[in-house]
Amino acid sequence: MRAAIIVFPGTNREKDIADALERASGVRPSFVWHRDTELPDLDLIVVPGGFSYGDYLRCGAMAGNSPVMRVVAERAAKGVRILGVCNGFQVLTETGLLPGALMQNAGLKFLCKQVGLRVERDDTLFSSAMTKGDVIHVPVAHNEGNYFADDDTLARLEDTGRVLFRYAEADGSVTETANINGSRNNIAGILNDAGTVLGMMPHPENATDPSQRRIDGTGLFKSVVESLQ
Amino acid sequence: MKANVTITLKKGVLDPQGKAIEHALGGLGFDGVNEVRQGKLIEIDLEGDDVDAAQAQIEAMCAKLLANPVIEDYAISIIE
Repeated sequence: MRAAIIVFPGTNREKDIADALERASGVRPSFVWHRDTELPDLDLIVVPGGFSYGDYLRCGAMAGNSPVMRVVAERAAKGVRILGVCNGFQVLTETGLLPGALMQNAGLKFLCKQVGLRVERDDTLFSSAMTKGDVIHVPVAHNEGNYFADDDTLARLEDTGRVLFRYAEADGSVTETANINGSRNNIAGILNDAGTVLGMMPHPENATDPSQRRIDGTGLFKSVVESLQ
Repeated sequence: MKANVTITLKKGVLDPQGKAIEHALGGLGFDGVNEVRQGKLIEIDLEGDDVDAAQAQIEAMCAKLLANPVIEDYAISIIE
């Protein structure tokens, strides 16, 4: 699997994602600096978490308009898999690769904790090694994770099964209390129309190290790797 | 030429910071505050003195970078 991770000034989770992908695939991904405008042949591009460009203007706005993201969008149009985590999800919405926007958490606090996510589909490129309806527990670390889309967009996402993860209780119920940041419909992660681009606020890569108590994030990376073999 | 761009959250989009300010004002005894919305102000100094051209250029800037049309509205005022 040929994977690359985009690094902006302020990105800070690139090594965590690289470790998670390496554990799943046995291959170390390459890192691409934001000024680069030429990418090698790739199967997967990851836009990792952090605070690209200091979150100036809006989270992901500067990165979303950077030269490297134009190239990423071209690759996405050709069907290359794209994974955006946390700030990476914000960047993907700013580039228009995913609909909606991530707003400030409804509680106005930075959230750094473990959350439950209900897996809504297990027939996608990013979730084939998981089980639909299962709840996985992975960390979140964000201040702007409050997913917003207008009613029409939201209906389209729901009707076409593009919501992959929802904030949920341990028993799988999707409740107001489980919705840590005020996201519409408890949305934590969505796919593009083709199912080749995934954006999500929680950090599956930070739940993949065997020394950790829970490694629930492993399924996502296993799915990606298996779908590319 | 100088212009101000005011960016605000669209009507109907929840503004938690505005709500927090609204509550704080109430707590300080400022009565009669119906609603507070918080936005941002961007000051731009542009070459030239063609107002229409400046307006068009800033519109393009807003559409491309300054505002996110999914959640934000913007207003442009040329001030000098």
